This record gives sequence, C-alpha cells and structure tokens, in this order.
Amino acid sequence: MNNSKNVFDVIVVGAGHAGCEAALVCSRLNLKTLLLTINIDKIALMPCNPSIGGVGKSQLVAELDALGGQMAKTAEKTLIQLKILNKSKGPAVQSLRAQIDKKAYEIEMKYVLENTPNLILRQGNVCNILVENQIVKGVEIEGGIYFYSNAVIVTTGTFLRGRIIIGDKEYKAGRMGEYLSLNLTKSLNNLGIKTDRYQTATPPRIDKRTIDFSKTIEQPGEFEPLNFSFWNEKTIHKNISSYLTYTNKKTHEIIAKNIDKSPIRSGIISTHGPRHCPSIDRKVINFPEKTRHPVFIEPEGEYTNEMYLQGLTTSMPIEFQQLIVNSVEGLENARIIRPGYAVEYDYIFPSQLNLTLESKIIENLFFAGQINGTSGYEEAAVQGFIAGVNASLKLLKKPELILTREESYTGVLIDDLITKELYEPYRMYTSRAEYRLLLRSDNADLRLSKYGYEIGLINKKQYDKVLNKEKEIQILNEFLKQKVIFPASKNNEILKNMNSAVIEVPTNLYQILKRPEIRILDLLNNFGFDFTIKDNDVYNQVEINTKYEGYILKQLEEIKKYSNLEKITIPQTFDYFKINGLTFEAKEKLNSIKPNTLGQASRIAGVSPADISILLIYLKSKSGR
Amino acid sequence: MEEDTITALATKAGESAVNIIKISGNNSIEIAQKIFKSKSQRKLQELKTYSMIYGNIYDENGDIIDEVIISIMKTPHSYTREDVVEINCHGGIAAVNKILDLVIKSGARLAEPGEFTKRAFMNGRIDLTQVEAIADIIYAKTETSLKIAANNLKGILSQEIKSIRKDLLDLIIDVEASIDFTEEDIEIITYDEMLKRVKFISSKLKELIKNEEKGEIVKNGIKVAIIGKPNVGKSSLLNLIIKKDKAIVTPIPGTTRDAVEEILYLNGIPVIMTDTAGIRESKNMIEKIGVNKSMGEIERSDILIIVIDNSRKITNEDIEILNKSKEKKHILCINKIDKKSKIDKMEIKKYIDEKLIVEVSALKNTGIDKLEEKIKDLTIGKDRFEIEEKIIINKRQKITIQKAKESIDNAINAIKNKLSQEFPALDLRNAYNLLGEIIGENTNEDILNGIFSKFCVGK
Repeated sequence: MNNSKNVFDVIVVGAGHAGCEAALVCSRLNLKTLLLTINIDKIALMPCNPSIGGVGKSQLVAELDALGGQMAKTAEKTLIQLKILNKSKGPAVQSLRAQIDKKAYEIEMKYVLENTPNLILRQGNVCNILVENQIVKGVEIEGGIYFYSNAVIVTTGTFLRGRIIIGDKEYKAGRMGEYLSLNLTKSLNNLGIKTDRYQTATPPRIDKRTIDFSKTIEQPGEFEPLNFSFWNEKTIHKNISSYLTYTNKKTHEIIAKNIDKSPIRSGIISTHGPRHCPSIDRKVINFPEKTRHPVFIEPEGEYTNEMYLQGLTTSMPIEFQQLIVNSVEGLENARIIRPGYAVEYDYIFPSQLNLTLESKIIENLFFAGQINGTSGYEEAAVQGFIAGVNASLKLLKKPELILTREESYTGVLIDDLITKELYEPYRMYTSRAEYRLLLRSDNADLRLSKYGYEIGLINKKQYDKVLNKEKEIQILNEFLKQKVIFPASKNNEILKNMNSAVIEVPTNLYQILKRPEIRILDLLNNFGFDFTIKDNDVYNQVEINTKYEGYILKQLEEIKKYSNLEKITIPQTFDYFKINGLTFEAKEKLNSIKPNTLGQASRIAGVSPADISILLIYLKSKSGR
Repeated sequence: MEEDTITALATKAGESAVNIIKISGNNSIEIAQKIFKSKSQRKLQELKTYSMIYGNIYDENGDIIDEVIISIMKTPHSYTREDVVEINCHGGIAAVNKILDLVIKSGARLAEPGEFTKRAFMNGRIDLTQVEAIADIIYAKTETSLKIAANNLKGILSQEIKSIRKDLLDLIIDVEASIDFTEEDIEIITYDEMLKRVKFISSKLKELIKNEEKGEIVKNGIKVAIIGKPNVGKSSLLNLIIKKDKAIVTPIPGTTRDAVEEILYLNGIPVIMTDTAGIRESKNMIEKIGVNKSMGEIERSDILIIVIDNSRKITNEDIEILNKSKEKKHILCINKIDKKSKIDKMEIKKYIDEKLIVEVSALKNTGIDKLEEKIKDLTIGKDRFEIEEKIIINKRQKITIQKAKESIDNAINAIKNKLSQEFPALDLRNAYNLLGEIIGENTNEDILNGIFSKFCVGK
C-alpha cells in the first residue's frame, strides 16, 4: 500500500459504537485504518441510557462478542451493576443488562483504539465523500484536507444536520453541546443516496444528593458470579443500585396542562420518533387512562452525582421539566443537572444497502449505526462490526460475511433494515427473531465464533475453548442417554427427595432430565455420577437442549419449511411492473428494494403473501418454459 | 401480464343448445373481429364493455359457419381482468370445433385447464379461497353445495378466518409484550386468562373442522349400501326407492354388474345407493368374487341398509352380517311384511337398537317413506337447514386448520404446564401463520404494531 501520510485502506467516519467496532475490525485484520471523529474527547459516548444489553439487545452483544467484537469486553471492564432480565422466563428470552460507568467506558474504549496497531485516530469533520466511477476514493474534511482510501464506512449517528429541541428553543448540534455535520448529507445526496429525518430524545439528569431514596424502591443487580463476555471468567461484579419510583396524577396534570409547550404538540417536532422510547409527554397523551408510569433512577457512573431518569424522557421547556421531575415521589427536591432534549437528524433509507451494509450504488462505501435508521448502542455496534468485516473482506478479496435470520439476531437486524419499511428508529426485540428459541445469548459462541475464527478476529485459543465446549456437550449428552436408572426403591427414594415422580421402568438420565423440576447437577450428584468437565457452561447447554428439545425441533422444522423460499432467486434486472397481479404498492417496493430471493421479498412490508404466490407462480412458469 | 391470448369452450360440447367460446387476453377483441361480421356493420372494437352484438362467423373462404351473439367485457371489468370475448354459438360439435379452430388460427392459444381462473388470480381479481370456491361451484352437484361455494366466493370463509386471527393476534400481543417489556409497569397477562382465550380460539377452529365433514357430505354425497343374503329383496327395494324419485335419478356410468349404483337426492343431499350381491358362504368361485365385492362395498359405504326376509327364519349368516355392520351407521330393514312372519323379533333386538329397525314391503310399497326418513336422519341428522348458513371448508383448508388447531392445543398444554411465555408464543405464532396461509396473509410486523398501540411501553 501507498506510504503517503493521507492514504489508508479504510476510513471510518465517526467514533461512536458503530465506528469503534468498524475501525477495530479493519485494523485487527491488518488494514491501515483511519478513524475520524468530530471531537476526540467524545469517543464511544453513551449520550442516552447508562446501560448496555437488555431484552433482545444482550443477544446482539453476545453475538458480537462471539464474533470477536469489542463492546462486551469494554462493558465488562467498566460496568457497575449486572442484572438478569426475564429471570423467571426461559433461557431464550433471558437477557443481561450492564449498568455502565459512562466516562470509564469512553476512556477504556479510547485506550483500546489508541493501542491497536494499524489504527490511526484523528479529529476531523468529514464534509465530502470522494467517489470516482461509482467507486469510493476517500473523504474530505472541513478545512479542505483530503484522505484517500479503498473503502469508507460512514457511522455518523445523529450528527448529520443535527437539530436539538428543548421546548420552543432549537440549536444546531449533533448532540447537546457538540458540533455537527452540516455538509455531509448533501454530499451523500449528490451521490444518489436518499435521506430522511428521524428524531429521538433523552430524559433530564438530576443530582443524586437531591433525591429522597427512602421514597423509592432499590433495584440492586445480581450477586452471583457472572460474565458479560464469553472470553472472561465468571466473577462477582460491582453492584451499585438503581432505584424505582413512579409518576403520578400530579405529574400527568402538569403535562396535560402544558402540552402545548411540548415540541411534539407545537409542531416543532414532526418527524418520526421511536415508539419504543416515547417521551413522557407522549405517554400521557396516548394513554390517559394510566395513572402512573415507572421511572428508573440510574447512576451515570461510579464517580458522579448525575442520575439518569429512565421513563421521564421529555423535550418540554426546561422550567416545565423541573416541575415534572419535582412532581415525582422521591424527586420533590431534585435538581436538574442537564435537561432532557430531542434531537433530529438525517438518516439514509437502509434499503439502499446490500446485506453486507455496502451501498448498492457506490462501491466500497459502507454505512452502519444510527445513520441506517436504528437506535441503540448495541444495534449500532453490530452493524459497525458487520460493515467493518465486509469492507475488510472485500479489500482482502475474500468472500463476504452475511449472517442469516436463522442463525443470528444480527442477521434479523440487517435483513429487517434492508427489507422492511421503517416508520421509526429500529430497536431489537426478541419477538423480531422468529427463531428466538435457537438464538440464545448462552449459545452465541457455539453459533457464531466459527466465523470470527475464520475471519481472524477470534484467536486459536479462544476457538479451541468453543470446540472443547462443543465436544463436552456431545459427550455429556451421550452419557445421559447411556446411563439408565432402574426402578429400585433406593433410586425412587432419591427421585422423591428431588420432588419428582417415581419411575416404574428403567429410565435413562436424559428422560429424567426432561422433567421440569430436575436440575442437571442435582441429578448427577444425587445419583452419584462423577462427570468432570472443563467448562461449567456445558451443563447449562445440555440442560436447555434436553428440556426444550421438542420446541427446538419445531423451530428447526420451520427453518426447513421456509428455506425453500430463500432458495428461489430473483434476478436483479427483474421488472416487477410487468406483473399486473401485484398491487401497485408491492410493485414499487419490490422495484426499489430488488430482493435477491423470494424469501427476502416475502418480508418486505407491503408485499403480501398473495403477491409472493403470484411471483412464485410467475418465476416457476418462466423457468419451466 | 400474460402476453398471449387464450381460448376455450366454456360449455360442454354437444350437450346443450347453445355453446359459449371464451377468449381472454390483449388480442381477444381483435381476434374475434377477424372471423366475425355483425349485422349492424359495427366493429367489435367500437363496443363498450358489457355489450352484446349479433352477427355471423365466417371461415377463411368467406362462408358462414354459424350465426352468433358476441359479448364483450373489457379490461379490467372481466373475469380475468383482461379483455374477454364470449361467442354464443349453436350447439353441435362440428360448428363449435370449427369456430374454436378459427379463433386459434387467428392468434389465440387453447387454454390449459383452469387457466382463466389462474389469470383471474394472477391479475389480482380473486384470492385463494375464492379460487377454490370457483372450483367448488363448477363441480357442485347440488343446490346446497352450490350455495356454500357461493358463500365462500363472497369471502365469508375469509371473514371468519380473519376474525379468529384477530383474536389470536390480540393474545400474541399480550404474551409478547410481557416478554419484551419485562420492566414495564404493564398488566401482564395471567396464565388463567391466556388459557381462557386460547381455549376459545380452539373451540372456533373445532367448529370449522366439524363443518367440513358435513360439507363433504353435501358436496360429494353419502354412500349407502344395501346388503343381505340373496333373495331378501334388495334389488326390488332399491328399484322402489329410485322409482319413487325417478325424476331426479341419474345413473352413474362405470358401475359394475355386481354392484349397481344409483344416485338420488334426499332434500338436496346426494345419496349414492349401491345394491350388492347377496352375501352367503359359497363354494362357487364366481359367486365368491361377488361376495367379496359386497364386503368391499360395506367398507366403502357410510351407511348400510341390512335387509332380512320376514318370511324366513333368522340364520347365523344374518347375525354375522349384523355384527359386521356394527362399525358403520346402519339400518335394519325387515322386508316382505306382507307375508307371514317367521322371525323372532326379540332375538333381533339383542343385536340391534329398536329405533334402527324399519318394516317394509317392497311388493306392496309400504314403509318406504319411513326408510327414507331413517336414511335422512343418519345422513345429516337434524342440522340440515343450518348447513346452508354455516361456513364450510374444503379438504386443503381443513388440513391447514387442523394443523393450526394442533398448534393451539400445544399452546394449551404449554400454558397448563406453566411453561415460560415464549413457548406457547411459538405455538400461537405458528397457528397465526397457518391461518394466514388459508387467506393468503402472513406477517410478523402485526405483533409489534399491536404492542405499541395497546400498551404504554418503552423506556
């Protein structure tokens, strides 16, 4: 490669959660990588909630971790509480959530970036993407400096023509108090990339010393040893509590009376905001019958008095924010440190991308994170990773990495982005993954680390650990099927002590483990089986697979059933307008998205199964003739 | 969408006074004009949609083939949504074939079976349940089955499925919300409530499946076999029933000499009556074959009429036949009551419910009405008049609905066992998708949209 100072293999624009993952992947794959950020002091910022993970999101983080991403490792180093959500439910929907010390996270991530070979960190506000013959050539930053590269990954978050709104005031800013990108949108539009506006908001932060915690409910984390990253040993983590309180009639009255001051009502905000993250104003308007809404008070870090008010997102004028906060029990005397606000920004329609996150029209130009219409640190990070991997693989002339819906939440996320019409910033849920019983956090390493290893982001030692786990699972499975318990009174006595029914015929351990009340370690210990394994997680995997075997098989069958549609390819040149039977909406959607397979077409919003039947018959009759 | 124009004879050749040749496609009007001259000298292209015109069909030499009326239905106001021309010509195979030949020579292609309906579907005029309804109308044997098919064409089945799916979706939304929004202060659905709502959905599906069985009877008729020893009067009994209803008797071709089939209609239900060879132990090879066939007939029939002779003593063979018939719906018909009775009725009642016994005399034509009444009772019970109003599904739909019900029942089990919500959720989603297949709707996004409109969720 060229030795010139301003020539790189890959340039990453933006150093948020997407940008950091993308830059780390490229540099770790030995590509000379430039990471440009508007402000070098604001790397890997968490401008909203002080946590990583949560229902649906921790699955994404686990997958990223299994593939060789950074987020889980940095989170584990800087977390101040770890909690299992959905603890009473099954393993597929249980999720970890880490409360993070925000400042520590930023510093830790910057440290990792600064100490990664091939990675150059630099401040600069990108205003122009350089393209020749529809192939990306580099970027220009404000001030007229040019950087050249073979690939560019754009991860600008909320910075494109960012506009901050509080009450009737507005400011141009990418985040509160920060500079923005005024010109990059125009450059993208000139390249033929279509954009639109989205909006999202954040609640006020208050001073810890002004909260009456006696009126709130303490929410501690878990006390047992856990790990947030597969590659770390389980340990007992810091456990700094959050607190729960509720809004009340008074809160709702204040909001209702002053609703005309809310930018949502006044018309200052007309763009789509996320329904999954509604402001308190919107909650009160849309659900007048509710007498209270929960408010979680979460620490922003270990060494700060700032507390985040989850559930109290608002962009009302500051004086009303103060009134709203003080109406909540426990917060009567609370002092706002910084107000909540809404931010509006440009995003690109993600349907303009391939499943590799590369632009369909400009070669080697990739997009990841909030610019693709998503919300959430975790959603951004996995996209940054996938974009980074595919940009690198392309430059290294290796086959691309596309994860499918059947094997990962990451696949669900990207497939949804590209095929579904978005009406709001996209957030992950377990209900979005049709095969969620298979796509668990606990087996992400077994599902995906083979890819990380093949690409070179998981090392041999790590991968051997996974292979060993796989092997031990198999051995334990066979062991359980071979070992038979006879209906002797001694054995039935053991079963009775485990609150389980007696057996009347010889039964293997595997069958007994299927009983919901039986735990695997108790079973082995009580019947005196000595089974030593290296990886304790093996017990957990075998127990899950045994207990839920019926459901797991059902999901595998479903995958088989629908895989036929995935195999029917549609040529990119296919003219949907010549098929009269399709609805006009379907024709337009299909024509703009140009799905690669009938399976992908079937997931496009506005394309009904009737349309798919017509396409199927058409494609089959054409190939038959 | 299709570039070519298709044609076919829409009526049965040679069977009626008037035949209709249908042409559909971009060039249908142009093609018809090539072989047609109207009396009024107007061209077909000048006509508005839904109009008719009188004139003659000419062949290549300019000779008149037939005088016809042509109707024009222009796109999209036609069955296929394409330009459609219908030529109403005289019956008679030669003329019809000649006209069809001319149409094809002028640029149309002979349609494949069902191609007109396929085009209607492809052009978005009808949905899948309606395609099936059309097939049912074409093959409907009776007025009742026609009415059911017509109801389905109107979309009544779709409406019912949609309503069941709506209930299902509402339930899924509640279940999913309590999985994905675990921290929220929303009212999480209890297992008891889940169970109540799933059971209700299960009962609705059960009813649809039950109706299918009745629908099959209405559509395909019911098989009744008359069995018994030789010379007890089986054939004369059959003749008598048929003679009475002679006006609506149609012989079914292809019946064997040994088992004679006749079809008759009882209150609109087709009843296929089969007369069988007499059953008795025999050493004669040919008779043995006949007897075996009779036993086969018993297997295939829905209802058995066992005939015994009032004037002869009951034999072991009679008892054996009675016992063999127990697995099917059956009637015992005591014939020849005009003769002196030699049978022991008390003994017969040991083998058969008194209510199922009818006494007749084929010779004197007495008791036949009672026999018919009994057949009717066993065929459709007292529900007959309700059937017309009910939604009747076909075999394909039944299989899918059964699968959906299986999933629903799995969910019931999972809920009873208090499994975590994602497990019953999987079964419920399966059922939701399966029902979507019937009406051609199937989407995942419904669930999240429902959650956001119903609950106040989110951080």
